[in-house]
Amino acid sequence: MTAAETSLALPARSQARVWSKFRRNRSALVGACIVGFFGLLALLAPLLPIADPLATSWSAIRKPPAPEYLMGSDEIGRDILSRMIWGAQASLLAGVISVVIAMLTGVPIGLIAGYFGGWTDTVISRFTDALLAMPFLIMAIALAAFLGPSLSNAMIAIGLSAMPVFIRLTRGQVLSVKTEDYVEGARAVGLGHLDIMRRYILPNVVPPIIVQATLTVATAIIAEASLSFLGLGQQAPAPSWGSMLNVAKNFLGQAPWMAIWPGAAIFLVVIGFNLLGDGLRDALDPREH
Amino acid sequence: MTPSVLSVENLTTAFQTGDGWGEVVRNVSFTVKPGETVAIVGESGSGKSVTSLSIMRLLDPKRARVSGRVMLEGTDLLSLPESAMQQIRGNRVAMIFQEPMTSLNPAFTVGRQIGEVLARHTDLGKSQIRAEVLRLMERVRIPNAARRIDEYPHQFSGGMRQRVMIAMALASRPRLLIADEPTTALDVTIQGQILDLIKELQQETGMAVLFITHDMGVVAEIADRTVVMYRGDCVETGSTERIFAQAEHPYTRALLAAVPRLGSMVGQDHPLRFPRVEMDSGRVNALPPVLNPVDRQGTPVLSVRNLTTRFAVGSDLLGRPHGHVHAVENLSFDLWPGETLSLVGESGCGKSTTGRSILRLIEPQSGAIQLDGFDVRDLGGSDLRRMRRSAQMIFQDPFSSLNPRMTVGQTVAEPILKHGIAKGHQARAMAADLLAQVGLSPAMMDRYPHEFSGGQRQRVAIARVLGLGPKLIVADESVSALDVSVKAQVCNLLMDLQERLGIAYLFISHDMAVVERVSHRVAVMYLGEIVEIGPREAVFGNPQHPYTQKLIAAVPIPDPSRRGLRRAMAAEELKNPIRPRGYVAPRRDWQDLGRGHLVMNTA
Repeated sequence: MTAAETSLALPARSQARVWSKFRRNRSALVGACIVGFFGLLALLAPLLPIADPLATSWSAIRKPPAPEYLMGSDEIGRDILSRMIWGAQASLLAGVISVVIAMLTGVPIGLIAGYFGGWTDTVISRFTDALLAMPFLIMAIALAAFLGPSLSNAMIAIGLSAMPVFIRLTRGQVLSVKTEDYVEGARAVGLGHLDIMRRYILPNVVPPIIVQATLTVATAIIAEASLSFLGLGQQAPAPSWGSMLNVAKNFLGQAPWMAIWPGAAIFLVVIGFNLLGDGLRDALDPREH
Repeated sequence: MTPSVLSVENLTTAFQTGDGWGEVVRNVSFTVKPGETVAIVGESGSGKSVTSLSIMRLLDPKRARVSGRVMLEGTDLLSLPESAMQQIRGNRVAMIFQEPMTSLNPAFTVGRQIGEVLARHTDLGKSQIRAEVLRLMERVRIPNAARRIDEYPHQFSGGMRQRVMIAMALASRPRLLIADEPTTALDVTIQGQILDLIKELQQETGMAVLFITHDMGVVAEIADRTVVMYRGDCVETGSTERIFAQAEHPYTRALLAAVPRLGSMVGQDHPLRFPRVEMDSGRVNALPPVLNPVDRQGTPVLSVRNLTTRFAVGSDLLGRPHGHVHAVENLSFDLWPGETLSLVGESGCGKSTTGRSILRLIEPQSGAIQLDGFDVRDLGGSDLRRMRRSAQMIFQDPFSSLNPRMTVGQTVAEPILKHGIAKGHQARAMAADLLAQVGLSPAMMDRYPHEFSGGQRQRVAIARVLGLGPKLIVADESVSALDVSVKAQVCNLLMDLQERLGIAYLFISHDMAVVERVSHRVAVMYLGEIVEIGPREAVFGNPQHPYTQKLIAAVPIPDPSRRGLRRAMAAEELKNPIRPRGYVAPRRDWQDLGRGHLVMNTA
């Protein structure tokens, strides 16, 4: 039996049950649609018949929405619709990749802390407490400033700032799964620590982690927008919703549409991910039917 | 004719499922008169608990549909509005549940929780309430009630908590008490005390009792009339004497035949398979005893000497423990190939810790363990892994002993692969063969554990460990959570395997009747020590230690005509084995009664 055979997926029957529960949850479906819509937009950006997001036009500075510029144009005459779509790529990518970074670091550390307990656990838990004591955004800003301004560094900074949440969540889940008879049974059969962690504990702690990840994507998107707003994320002239807001704040009076579109998009995507996460949490909870 | 307190007519309960409504209780009718005890008995899934929840309207109305009539002293409960129902629950009808560990609020003192019921249902003043609480606690025979009234639930043992629950139930002077498996989670001696208590209280107050249980012994002990349920149908109702003496319905006869009875093994030299009972026809086919030879002159497969396992409790400023739980203290015994040695005793006596210490799932403090040529306590790394092929374990709870994320095939094949016994297709073929050996279809290999029943899961767990060809299996309460008929089947499977493969079992159980059936030898444990060990017929036929005698006397006998013949047991708690730091265990002497029957001398 190889690792490939032991997928992290839920057993087939309960997969069907989770899906049917999820489908009945209307707000979760709305969330999934919003996320899906923006995701598709970001993926298809290069194929869509839209203007070059970087092309400037001195004849169309801060034009309000009109047939030519559906969402208006910005302070150097770039098409805001096009920048919104390309910006979705940066925002969603930043959200997803930073959460992947947070999970790849946080879950194994939490697994080790919960599984081995004792001193290992004490050291890791105190370290996590220290990290959690620092406000999420402050830490992300500090890390991003330290690493230097760029989108990829912003992702790393956000990911590392979100990591402690995953350490703590995973550890707590492991502590409860660890007491199950099948874990002791695996020891009695002669399996090693690595096997037990990978095949007996990890698959059984995954559902709440997936839920947390979905919710954290929303936070990470806001964080990316904040960092870009501060100039620590996406660098000009490449578009991202946060950096668009950053520029727009100077023209709030003259060109409010420059701020409204990216603001609304961030708002929608964050709500979408939150609804999706809540729906997943309900669907994956075995106590409810 | 006295009017009944509760009269249930054509009660039908349906649950919403994926495809429409499924009836789980169909047309159940019975009555309970004042001062009478009616038992609803059945196996899991028979609908007995759903019946009681339907009566009390405790099911979620969105997902459950209840029809029929439930008359409580002339009021139809099913037609009452929810607010009126709240006035009835805990007041005219009180309930006690199975889990005394979770049904009390850990944040409040016991006295306050009983007092709350009084405050809600009476208009007594504060000091009157306290006096009444004290009176109730004394009535349910809680020793030192005056001192314990201000203690918290965690300071009470399971049996004492159940007494607190009963005191809360009695506080409102209910006309009807519904007891849903109130003694199932308790030790057998405590169970006897609680049953006695309920009977005494009933005589004092004249309340009616509806008693829900799966245990025919308990039914015989307490019920005036009995309702037998099978898959949602009420198959038979009648006086308990008649049901036990001449049941009409084949299922009732089957259920009675499947119940292991203490004392049924007198004159049997070998462990005896449970008879095969056909649940539909009630036909009973006796099966032969287990005749494999046990050579007690040869080398034991397991030899334990002076095993001691302790757990630290609390810690002071320097990190030193306040004391230790002396879970296992100076334990010595041998187990020969093909033999079953049962460890019996009540919860907290250290029987599970013994099993885990032997397999090094817990590190013992001292002692020597020889297992199939391995010196277990000195093993490390790869030797420990090889030892694990010789000794295996089957756990109690079939719902937590299998990894829910692995198919049954993966579960069974995994040890074979990990120990390099076979690879790839060969391993899969072996797994299929093992499943067939435990009576499961190899076609089930790709299913997940949640698709199986409790008994089937326990078979999977057995198949998994069989793959390693173990010489010793530690069966830790492996059949305790199963229904009687399934319990008998799994025990028979274990005995079949023993006869065929010569496996030795360390059979850990609190169920004396099952132990009597399956064992060659029995060891009785009390507070971490073996107080009596010997051949099964000697320990059961001629118990010498007072604790053994008490344990055997406490087992409910499924025979209503022998009710009340035994015990008037004092309300007492199991002592705990926590000792202060620096405690030295006293020296123990054993008396040899011959044939390996040893009894600890009482000091």
